[in-house]
Amino acid sequence: MKSYTKLGFYVFLVPILMWLFLLIVIPQIELLIMSLRFENDAGDMVWSFENYKEFFVNEIYWYTFMRTALYAIIVTFLTFIVTFPIAFYITKIVNKKYSAFLIILLLLPFWVSELVRVYGWTILLRESGVINYFLQNLGLTTRGIEMLYNDASMIMGLVYTSMLFMVVPLISSLEGMDDSYIEAASDLGASRLTIFFKIVIPYCASGIVSGSIVVFMLTLGNYLTPNLMGGKNSLWFTEQIYNEFIASLNWNQGAAFGFLLLILSSLIIWAGLKISKQNLAKALS
Amino acid sequence: MIRTLPNSKPYSIGFKIYVSLFFVFLFAPLAVTCVLAFNDSNFPSLPWNGFSLDWFISNTKERLGIFNDEDNLKSIWVSVQTAFFVSISAVVVGTLGAFLFERENFKYKQFLYFLALTPLVIPGVILGISLLLSVNSAGMFFEDNFNLDFEILRPSFWLVVVGQFAFITTFVLLVVSARLKKFDDSLEEAALNLGASKLEAIRFIILPFLKPAILGAGAVAFLMSFENFNTTLFLIGSETTLPVNLYLQVRDGSTPVINAISFLLIIGTSILALLNLFFTKKTS
Repeated sequence: MKSYTKLGFYVFLVPILMWLFLLIVIPQIELLIMSLRFENDAGDMVWSFENYKEFFVNEIYWYTFMRTALYAIIVTFLTFIVTFPIAFYITKIVNKKYSAFLIILLLLPFWVSELVRVYGWTILLRESGVINYFLQNLGLTTRGIEMLYNDASMIMGLVYTSMLFMVVPLISSLEGMDDSYIEAASDLGASRLTIFFKIVIPYCASGIVSGSIVVFMLTLGNYLTPNLMGGKNSLWFTEQIYNEFIASLNWNQGAAFGFLLLILSSLIIWAGLKISKQNLAKALS
Repeated sequence: MIRTLPNSKPYSIGFKIYVSLFFVFLFAPLAVTCVLAFNDSNFPSLPWNGFSLDWFISNTKERLGIFNDEDNLKSIWVSVQTAFFVSISAVVVGTLGAFLFERENFKYKQFLYFLALTPLVIPGVILGISLLLSVNSAGMFFEDNFNLDFEILRPSFWLVVVGQFAFITTFVLLVVSARLKKFDDSLEEAALNLGASKLEAIRFIILPFLKPAILGAGAVAFLMSFENFNTTLFLIGSETTLPVNLYLQVRDGSTPVINAISFLLIIGTSILALLNLFFTKKTS
């Protein structure tokens, strides 16, 4: 640890303080304040829990909220299931010559905008889409099947969008794992399942946790994928926030929804860290 | 189980099949998007009517190619400018932050570091609306009390820059910190012993050491900004960025011009990604 002069220290400190307080802390406080302001019948702004009451009384908000949370957890779990074998294959099975190339290939699609990727899925899946074209030409169906705008396509889209943020921490934690652990266990007669659950998973716990946190947060806050792949039935909570801000122009109601979403994501991330005995700084860096 | 142990045939073959299917899944939407950009059709769908560059260069009312599509070209330019300002400012502040957290000791350091990480766990939508609410309140305050009007306190180009900067800086901070952790302090001590000032030591010893991390983080910051949708959506003024503009078009029914733009984006980002990879490999 090397310290610079007093002046140098403030050159580092002041921009950071301005960034964190002006752009992160104060806006979150403002979000809370605005969510507690309500326009009463006389047209005056007063302090009130009315915006939150609206959320609990109106079933559709409540339902959408729980649904979004549940689906975000499912998506996080599925993303792990889908990407883990890939991370394992690249780091432990394939010839080392190819693993660098496979990693580049794996990361390439994620440099492209999420919108482009989701758009690609819509032209593949929709009623007049590419998959339907092939199905019809092969004589498997006579009419186009609408494969978009249902929960399955939405979940698939969300998993597709988030895979990168799971696979990168998985690869880096598996890379740090000495192969001899697995070899030793195997020599001592452990089965594959035992090795997997008793050695590999505990070893990558930190990678799994950091990947899960980021995937969960991104899924919860995603707007594009549920909107374009889930259609009108997607019932994603960010869409409710968007509606209050852009369509109904009821910013105070939107602020209350926003704050609830913030609490939900913080709570679940906190629980995840507690259960896995990790801390945020360790999990994210 | 792994490459050094004998594996059964079904195990290796099963893995190979899964990995191949995964890569098909990964590239299918992008490949289809690119191919259909060149289809001679008014819709982004099959059947294949032959190769055509209409959606790039045509200038008729029915088919407006991307190179003549002023609306989309303008939004690309807005996105490039936004990404430019965001990546420069995020790299500067993120690097300062890395120095602060890696090389200084002060009260509340852990708390401040925790705050610096929070943008990664706050959904982008929340960052967008909270900033919008704050600048709106601040704008009303200045207008009511001092009769002042600041453009940055309304949805505008600069507000988008500020909003994206708020979370992209965290990313730069993490990348540069990771590199700074590996710095050997004795190099700096040697420079100081040989008569360099502290500033010179930073300028000639530490910054060159950090260069690959700074360039890499800058490139990723540029792309993150260029592609951002969630935060931008709420802060945008009259100057629409490309992702928001594309979203509006996709939502209201799409033409293959979106495929043409996507094709260019895929090519552009792939080149940038490979360059970034090449440079970080070479220098480390």
